[in-house]
Amino acid sequence: MSRYAAMFDRLGAKREAAFGAFLMLGDPGIETCARLLDTVVEGGADMIEVGFPFSDPVADGPVIQAAGQRALAAGVKVGDCFELIAGFRRRHPNVPVGILTYANLVMARGGFARDAAEAGADSLLIADVPTLEIEPFAKQMEQAGIEPVLIAAANTPNAALARVAALSKAYTYCVSRAGITGTHSGGTFDATLPAKLRELGAPPPVFGFGISRPEHVRQAIEAGAAGVISGSAIVDCAARGGDVAALVRSLKDATRNDSSPQ
Amino acid sequence: MRLSGRFGRFGGCYVPEILVPALEQLEGAFLDAQDDPAFAAELNALLSDYAGRPTPLTRCRNLPPNIYLKREDLLHGGAHKTNQVLGQGLLAKRMGKTRLIAETGAGQHGVATAIVGALLGFETVIYMGAEDVERQQLNVFRMQLMGATVVPVESGGRTLKDAINEALRDWSANFETTHYLLGTAAGPHPFPTMVREFQRIIGREARAQMLDKIGRLPDAVVACVGGGSNAIGLFADFIDDGGVRLIGVEAAGKGLDGVEHGATLIRGRPGILHGAETYLLQDREGQIDDTWSVSAGLDYPGVGPEHSHLKDSGRAEYVGATDDEALAAFKALAENEGILCAFESAHALAHALRLAEEEPDSVILVGLSGRGDKDVAQAQQLIGPSA
Repeated sequence: MSRYAAMFDRLGAKREAAFGAFLMLGDPGIETCARLLDTVVEGGADMIEVGFPFSDPVADGPVIQAAGQRALAAGVKVGDCFELIAGFRRRHPNVPVGILTYANLVMARGGFARDAAEAGADSLLIADVPTLEIEPFAKQMEQAGIEPVLIAAANTPNAALARVAALSKAYTYCVSRAGITGTHSGGTFDATLPAKLRELGAPPPVFGFGISRPEHVRQAIEAGAAGVISGSAIVDCAARGGDVAALVRSLKDATRNDSSPQ
Repeated sequence: MRLSGRFGRFGGCYVPEILVPALEQLEGAFLDAQDDPAFAAELNALLSDYAGRPTPLTRCRNLPPNIYLKREDLLHGGAHKTNQVLGQGLLAKRMGKTRLIAETGAGQHGVATAIVGALLGFETVIYMGAEDVERQQLNVFRMQLMGATVVPVESGGRTLKDAINEALRDWSANFETTHYLLGTAAGPHPFPTMVREFQRIIGREARAQMLDKIGRLPDAVVACVGGGSNAIGLFADFIDDGGVRLIGVEAAGKGLDGVEHGATLIRGRPGILHGAETYLLQDREGQIDDTWSVSAGLDYPGVGPEHSHLKDSGRAEYVGATDDEALAAFKALAENEGILCAFESAHALAHALRLAEEEPDSVILVGLSGRGDKDVAQAQQLIGPSA
């Protein structure tokens, strides 16, 4: 059983949703980032999503773009990112790790998916590869034993949703609103998207945009999410020297059923 | 999608899933418009009565007389950009959009978008790298005069590619009301095909004008290539004319042996950026390089995917002209022909002058893609007032 499946089973038994914490690998430097990865797990993150810094991150907002630029300015290379994952994997054998990155980094490194698998990553989401273009990438991931994650948006037509459902393995990354990553807008979470995905047999729906406060987590879960990922809020907190563990704890607490307001 | 959006291995539609419906809608509207005689009639009327087509073909009198200039500098707006913004503007109307956004490098495309925004009644927002805002202040003011909002982009290298990133972000959030009026024959499908079709008129007119004037086709067709829209527009109707050499001229900047240039097809390798698989200037790991050219319009690390295909298939050749060569050509055209051309266009002319020296008997058609008013202040700094 994959680490994701085991995690969703374990949390499902407790009627909890999964909380994913996103960090940019190598931000602000390699050692600090390694410590931050541990910190979010200590705060209660069930799964880790990691960005590979890219010079032109068109799907990201200013907070995550700035994090990538800090990492690149610190001289962080793709190989360093895989080493950070490998180190995390040795310290946390069971926490699922998903990579979020861009097509050009994958294309430039022959065997990106294989290297990801060897480092101990579980899934790969390529932000600028929609279902239309995913096939050659999905093949590479399948051969390497990496689970593809695709994005389902509120405006994705049904035919494309069916392809997302068929191709995604670890979880389905749901985007409930238009736009880019960022802390500025909290969620209105559309319940029809998780319902449609479940009907299509997609892997568990996880909401990925607009999660920065406990009420966003609760709203996403009420809309049918099996999990949430918070990115910009955590990256921003770390960049400002805030208490990342406390932020993660407050968001994770909101995934527990008994914390939902009745 | 109804078309493949591929040119050989290049092109495609590499965008976040959330943008795919917007691109499908655009492709549908474009293909329907192509089949609608009323659309063509409206566009052609604007091109002739508003923009001033057809543009002249000028034979050089004092520079080598085997050089012919296709005068897109005389088009309303001062560059070839006007051709395709009118097309996309009409399409945006057809789709019921109320807002236009665009990226701009030199400011030419921003000005062109502001023109169509004013003409057709759109709210218009232009994203422009902060460095380009500084070096092209007159164009910024032109856009503002026509009612557009100019947003300086401070991220990354503060030039064209950063403006594209920002425009894509805006579009992701606002595509229901907003048309992204991409400025060149690059980006995700259907832009490379659509922009080529709207720019094809450059080569179609030039081809007919050559036949009319000298009774034969040119031996070589030369155009500058940044994103590549004026080049693909000039080349398109010559692609099937096997005897005609197609030559794209990239910005060799401070020299092709260094890193300060914008010669994507000459020095880059295939990758995926801004929606398409195409040649890119990038490092070994796939990080996109910062580029350099004296001309903001050629200062871009990618290129339209059809040019990548024309390079690999061997149908077109791509060469470089340095900043210095372009400036010399800019000066030569001014002194000898009384024409101030854009720095971008001067790259094409620089190569044509080399070619004319090597082959005095061959007929050379040059795409003079824009006029040089926007570059005069920079030229004064570079050449000196007493030059």
